[in-house]
Amino acid sequence: MAMNKIRGAFAVPRKGETFELRAGLVSQYAYERKESIQKTIMAMTLGKDVSALFPDVLKNIATSDLEQKKLVYLYLMNYAKSHPDLCILAVNTFVQDSEDPNPLIRALAIRTMGCIRVDKMVDYMEEPLRKTLHDESPYVRKTAAICVAKLFDLNPAMCLENGFLEMLQEMIGDPNPMVVANSVTALSEIHHTAPETQALQVTANTLRKMLMALNECTEWGRVTILSTLAEYRAVDVKESEHICERVAPQFQHVNAGVVLAAVKVVFLHMKYVGPELAKNYLKKMAPPLVTLVSSAPEVQYVALRNIDLLLQKQPDILNKELRVFFCKYNDPPYVKFQKLEIMVRIANDRNVDQLLAELKEYALEVDMDFVRRAVKAIGQVAIKIETASEKCVNTLLDLINTKVNYVVQEAIVVIKDIFRKYPGYEGIIPTLCQCIDELDEPNARAALIWIVGEYAEKISNAGDILGSFVDGFNEEFSQTQLQILTAVVKLFLKRPDKAQGLVQRVLQAATAENDNPDVRDRAYIYWRLLSNTSDQNATKNIVLSEKPPIVTTISSLPPALLEQLLQELSTLSSVYHKPPEQFVGQGRFGADAVQRAAIEEQLQNARENPLAAAAAVSGTASAQAQSNVENLLDIDFDGGAPASAHTEPSGEMSGLEGLAGTPVRVQSPAAGAPAPQASNNLDDLLGVFGDSGPSQPSSSGANGGGAADLMNGFSGLDLSGNAAHSQPQKSSQDIMDLL
Amino acid sequence: MLSGILVFNQKGENLIFRAFRSDCRPRLADIFRIQVIANPQVRSPILTLGSTTFSHVKHENIYLVAVTKSNANAALVFEFLYRLIVLGRSYFGKFDEEAVKNNFVLIYELLDEILDFGYPQNTETDTLKMYITTEGVKSAIANSPTDSSRITQQATGALSWRRSDIKYRKNEAFVDVIEDVNLLMSATGTVLRADVNGQIVMRAYLTGTPECKFGLNDRLLLDSGASSGANGGRGGGISGNNKATRAAAGSVTLEDCQFHQCVKLGRFDADRIISFVPPDGEFELMRYRATENVNLPFKVHPIVREIGTTKVEYSVAIKANYSSKLFATNVVVRIPTPLNTAKTTERTSQGRAKYEPEQNNIVWKIARFSGQSEFVLNAEATLTSMTHQKAWSRPPLSLSFSILMFTSSGLLVRYLKVFEKSNYSSVKWVRYMTRAGSYEIRYV
Repeated sequence: MAMNKIRGAFAVPRKGETFELRAGLVSQYAYERKESIQKTIMAMTLGKDVSALFPDVLKNIATSDLEQKKLVYLYLMNYAKSHPDLCILAVNTFVQDSEDPNPLIRALAIRTMGCIRVDKMVDYMEEPLRKTLHDESPYVRKTAAICVAKLFDLNPAMCLENGFLEMLQEMIGDPNPMVVANSVTALSEIHHTAPETQALQVTANTLRKMLMALNECTEWGRVTILSTLAEYRAVDVKESEHICERVAPQFQHVNAGVVLAAVKVVFLHMKYVGPELAKNYLKKMAPPLVTLVSSAPEVQYVALRNIDLLLQKQPDILNKELRVFFCKYNDPPYVKFQKLEIMVRIANDRNVDQLLAELKEYALEVDMDFVRRAVKAIGQVAIKIETASEKCVNTLLDLINTKVNYVVQEAIVVIKDIFRKYPGYEGIIPTLCQCIDELDEPNARAALIWIVGEYAEKISNAGDILGSFVDGFNEEFSQTQLQILTAVVKLFLKRPDKAQGLVQRVLQAATAENDNPDVRDRAYIYWRLLSNTSDQNATKNIVLSEKPPIVTTISSLPPALLEQLLQELSTLSSVYHKPPEQFVGQGRFGADAVQRAAIEEQLQNARENPLAAAAAVSGTASAQAQSNVENLLDIDFDGGAPASAHTEPSGEMSGLEGLAGTPVRVQSPAAGAPAPQASNNLDDLLGVFGDSGPSQPSSSGANGGGAADLMNGFSGLDLSGNAAHSQPQKSSQDIMDLL
Repeated sequence: MLSGILVFNQKGENLIFRAFRSDCRPRLADIFRIQVIANPQVRSPILTLGSTTFSHVKHENIYLVAVTKSNANAALVFEFLYRLIVLGRSYFGKFDEEAVKNNFVLIYELLDEILDFGYPQNTETDTLKMYITTEGVKSAIANSPTDSSRITQQATGALSWRRSDIKYRKNEAFVDVIEDVNLLMSATGTVLRADVNGQIVMRAYLTGTPECKFGLNDRLLLDSGASSGANGGRGGGISGNNKATRAAAGSVTLEDCQFHQCVKLGRFDADRIISFVPPDGEFELMRYRATENVNLPFKVHPIVREIGTTKVEYSVAIKANYSSKLFATNVVVRIPTPLNTAKTTERTSQGRAKYEPEQNNIVWKIARFSGQSEFVLNAEATLTSMTHQKAWSRPPLSLSFSILMFTSSGLLVRYLKVFEKSNYSSVKWVRYMTRAGSYEIRYV
């Protein structure tokens, strides 16, 4: 009766799909009703709004057919929010079901109740939840345990008041391993969302229970327990040893998730055990890690990213396993790129020959991106292993002789780095200079020009080479322009007779005809230096100063970040090599907060200026939405939002961008476009000099830092020699970057 | 953990949308479609937009997508997606678009069972099949309280993979040792990489709750008295000479092994005994990896000559390297041809060769390849001239085959003992097979 009234209010259409479904749902035949429920679910999946059928679907809830019940529950979970009042009609069935003699039904009821996110339902959950937590069937108990986490998500206060947390904590001692695992899961979730609850406190007792359950519960449960163990800080060495001993057998599990979780636990607890034992565990860890490399490509990718992290901390663990990381022809690119990086990391003077042969093979393939990375890897190996540098240079020369355009360009960039470490290879310069006409990428051109400038005194026709570049100065990319400028000045300082005119021309072109402030600034610095007559050697000291050799070109993470990431092994954060805060919405700026703020703003806007708001809503909403797609991910106006805010906020988005927390697009590192060319002019500083510091260049850091260094260098110089003398240490460092 | 599981077909239609948390909104389906399916640039299986992460795998013609909002365990997410595929295949035979469309109700039911609030629960096929079934018949069992309490007992118990009341008139156990041998050979004929990925699949038809012990000719096990001990010997350190004698004495070195969850890992770790209570029916008992003394069943000598820009000549010789009593079946050699091949001619001393333009391969099939024999293929590919001469990537030549009663690693099953309280006798069968994994040969 009440139902009829409500239905009347919806003004039912007399035809169409919804009408047919409705007719089926209230049919007198059970099989027709069931079929209609299935069709409704199908429509729901396709994204059609079938919420209007809510009352009719609800009528079918009281059934003995388990399959049908599940379907109705599924529908309820999806649409409960749109009909919060009607949900109350289902409560009775839920409560009844939670006392059903069949444990499957009891579990189903309690599982579904927790997913119906309606306040009225929550009010009725307390009693059934309490009962099911103490159910005789472990299946029901393990379901109820998770339900506590659901309840906490909905209504933390109620969860705390009723002592559900304490009950969960007791359940860690449950005889059934799966109940233990789920209790730990639920507690750890609550603990992470609300640390003040101190929900999951590992004591000697719970530790024992967890280690016991570890060997018996499902693989997923093991991952949970292992993750908890990884976060746990053992009280003494003995406990750490004990944990390692119990966890190490899990290395042999089939599931890569378990293996990585076990590696994480042992790796973190290993710090506290004796060095001999730790070494043993490291040895034990290697074969399972290698095995992960033969798993499915996606799992492999995660594993490889983690291996990369582990190698940065413990470079020796996979010393003998180079061959495993050889790329297969059919490996997806993201796996190949990662394998390359790892191969370079484990390269040593014993396996370097093998590695070089393999890298050369890759450099002859056709996938351009992969080839470039392979060439780059050869350079990294050369700089890493001194004894192999000659072989590397020869390999690079072989590659240059193939005359494949992009191979040549990348090889030249790489050779420039090699010169920074081993200045003795100048014999190959003529070969390089032959390729001069083929280089069309700014990076490669810049690299070659740098080499010419650096060895100007040994290249007889350096003047001619640079001259041709100076002629086309203003057509070059600005990073190449900067290099031309520096190279010409170097040439002038080394052989003043040959380059007198050249230096005039280039300074003129750079200061008078150039729009780029970086280029102009650098030209002015040189001009000023060159016109300094008081101290003839000052310019030479600065421009031709000895540069510190490069230590490595293999990028590594800063130690603090590495430590943090090792705590996050096997998570997304370890895949991205970024701390979680960078890509996970923080609590305050989470989805709900943003949504609330957005609705508030909409309402505010509507009150102040109804016309404009309406126009904004009806207007270019779609075009805007497209560009802001990332922000909208976090903001979604569904059931709960007031009707006026149902359309996308369009014009207002600009104000929201800051609110959206982290609307940054994070892509997997390996997937990025070929980095060097893409970025801005400052890359020149990075590409050519960024490596100058004794430590490794982290590309993003050096990028930003480059500009600052340039400015510092400039100000230091502007105060003439004075400042440079007072802080010789610092400013010479800055100048170093400049050169 | 997981906020939702989505399934798409190749066109980007959303076939399954199951949200486990309130933060998985319907609109995410559109976003995945636009950002991944419609975007050929995407090369990574993981994509994070805002604070939403999409992890996807592709299987047959569907995309399986996991949506997460937190710093989720990536390895677990992918393992779970692959488990879903395994489940789908065991339920529907083939897990593709058609299967999903025809069984979407069942898939929802499965998802409801194997994930709770985004946390994976029991995903053992055998257990799930007891109460989630394709035909409505068996679900009647789940409706009766006594049966279902038994089921739930099993679904959560310490032996979650085995029912307690199994009875067979004849107790049998079949053990299949299946090895995939991987090879990467350089153009000069040196072995760059050779290893074996093996799996041991068991079909157990045993009454009651049998406790099984399984023994291999694992060197560490045979050597347990030797000084190297359980840990020391693993990483090697024993001279190559010594290794060879070991192999001759009939033991193999397993680089690493992984076991089905029924195996007591603690016991293996302590004294390398494989002991377990098997699930009923077929299951994968263990996987292993071996890299030492790999017997390569085939030696391949390819000679590929590019004559000018219009012709490529091939001469490929294959020699079987195993005992003449054995034979390989379904030997298929794939010989890559340049993209602009117009026509080919082939001559073979055995089997048939055919040009497959869509794969850019000459496919040479030999149905039966007996040991120690050697066959040759001579072929010639005529190329069309192209305006834009793009370099030929020269992909490696690849082989597939299977050989019965041969293991590349030399692994043997030494014993399988079954202990049960009723003390019945059981019959055991062992079968060995070696297949090609990625068996690639480069050429100049």
